[in-house]
Amino acid sequence: MRLPITKLLQLAVTLLACAFLLVPAIQSVLAGLTVNYFRGMSSGLTLKWLWKVWELYADSIFLSIWLALACLICTAIIGVPAAYALAKNPGWISRILEEFISLPLAVPGLAIALALLQLYGTLQGFRTSWSFILVGHVLYTLPFMVRSVLAVLAAIDLKSLEEGAATLGAGPFRRFCDIVVPNAMPGILAGALTVVTLSIGEFNLTWMLHTPYLKTLPVGLADSYASMRLEIASAYTLIFFIMIVPLLTAMQWASNRAQRISA
Amino acid sequence: MTLSLKNASKTYPDGTRALLPSNIEIETGEIVSLLGPSGCGKTTLLRIIAGLETPDDGTEVWFDKDNVTQLPVEKRKVGMVFQSYALFPNMSVSTNIAYGLKMQKRPRAEIEQRVEEVLTLCRLNPLANRAITALSGGQRQRVALARAFAPRPRLLLLDEPLSALDAALRDSLRDELSDLLRRLGITAIFVTHDQNEAMAIADRVAVMSEGRIEQIGSPEDLYRNAGSPFVAAFVGNAMCLGKVVQGNTLRLTGGELSLPDDAGGRGVYVRAEDVCIAEDGPLIGKVESVTFLGTHYRVGLSGVTDSTLYSLHSGLSAPRHGDEVKLRIAPEALMLLAEDKTYL
Repeated sequence: MRLPITKLLQLAVTLLACAFLLVPAIQSVLAGLTVNYFRGMSSGLTLKWLWKVWELYADSIFLSIWLALACLICTAIIGVPAAYALAKNPGWISRILEEFISLPLAVPGLAIALALLQLYGTLQGFRTSWSFILVGHVLYTLPFMVRSVLAVLAAIDLKSLEEGAATLGAGPFRRFCDIVVPNAMPGILAGALTVVTLSIGEFNLTWMLHTPYLKTLPVGLADSYASMRLEIASAYTLIFFIMIVPLLTAMQWASNRAQRISA
Repeated sequence: MTLSLKNASKTYPDGTRALLPSNIEIETGEIVSLLGPSGCGKTTLLRIIAGLETPDDGTEVWFDKDNVTQLPVEKRKVGMVFQSYALFPNMSVSTNIAYGLKMQKRPRAEIEQRVEEVLTLCRLNPLANRAITALSGGQRQRVALARAFAPRPRLLLLDEPLSALDAALRDSLRDELSDLLRRLGITAIFVTHDQNEAMAIADRVAVMSEGRIEQIGSPEDLYRNAGSPFVAAFVGNAMCLGKVVQGNTLRLTGGELSLPDDAGGRGVYVRAEDVCIAEDGPLIGKVESVTFLGTHYRVGLSGVTDSTLYSLHSGLSAPRHGDEVKLRIAPEALMLLAEDKTYL
């Protein structure tokens, strides 16, 4: 059986597009595993570059993970109640506030970083601590948490559920803990994974805010590209891949689930 | 528990008067229905009792000897069944039912025992561990009732408890709900727009219209002694025959009708079951439509009054479309009602 020409064309375009994306990725992965990139695969495969990266940049990896978790905790503590307040009081003020929270998405990271530096750069202890980078990350990731939770809260009949709990004797705090949070969980989960993934991958802001002693994963990557052997930089990319791909997959799964609820 | 509402009213910020000052007293163990078309203020009244709506100043809500007007909803100890049921989707059937008891901080053993008791009472035992999403509409309704009842509320409030169900289920659940409420032996108020539902379940019915309570009485009383044209029309679908200026005769297009009393200035109303097709009747009408309803025919007649007059005709055969028939209405079946009082 012969494929019609249109199908063949579609297939060709798809394969080409895949190759365009995949070949450099594979090449980069292989570069991180070959003994000598300039002599090619014939020089043999090795894990020594990965080990080298670990020796040089383990701090960056831990800092990034730590920052991502701290960022998650902050966005959850600020974002979930914020989304709840926005969902409970719909109206033009809420709409404006929501846009305001989302502003860091539109403003370039560099500009936010510059503003932070101008405002707090002179506070020595703060400027040189990891919490300075954290503030930038929270600013940047908060809208993702708020919007994700807000979408789920808008989809459930929050008012009736809360009134139901109230008639059963639950005060405002209990209602938030027993009804709002568990029912918003798919949105919180989707938001959380987005926040962690974005925080680990964030470069713009972090590059401006970091100090030589505080390099996150992407900042370390830029550093290794600029000052290390190509093999080490490639091995670094590989480590980055290994960390971020499972997160991305989980994020996709969680946001699909949240969308099914809000649909 | 005795409930009394004094001067209860609600005005929305945009000036809409959802409820005009109303008074109502409900005795212990009584089941009262608030009946009326949508927008008549019945749900607002229920929500004021529950504490979910802030009423206008001057409103007083008394539970026995406690003035609860300023008490927030979570402290009023009322059980409420919502129109949408508002069951917590993150909890199972028994956790939903236990929630109110947990809020009262009862010991665990007591909670378990009470949940078991209520599950049995509402015949929900086999569903105890189900997720809410795995229940049918009728089951959800019973869980909602069980959840509201479990913490031993002082008062049970039901907001259109059957309206989310389909028609066939609604009829069977109506009797079940009536039976269940009596077995629970609790003071209950329920809101409905369906007169059959109100009649079937309630000891007393409060008919509401445009933010006012028009009349309160037992179902029989409302049906037989409607106090206003609105009540007569809403409870039992009375039809207006016409208005009498003076005297005790009503002149209609289809003939003359003698009235039991001097009806000067009042309207004359009649129900379809009291309009009889009879050889010797004084009125003449023309058959416009015939609907077979199993136990009887519903015959639409033109030419008697300005609008179509309906007659419920029992018998093995019905007149045919286009026939001229004679009608008789017993004088005692006629309701003479003064036009609606002037509204504020």
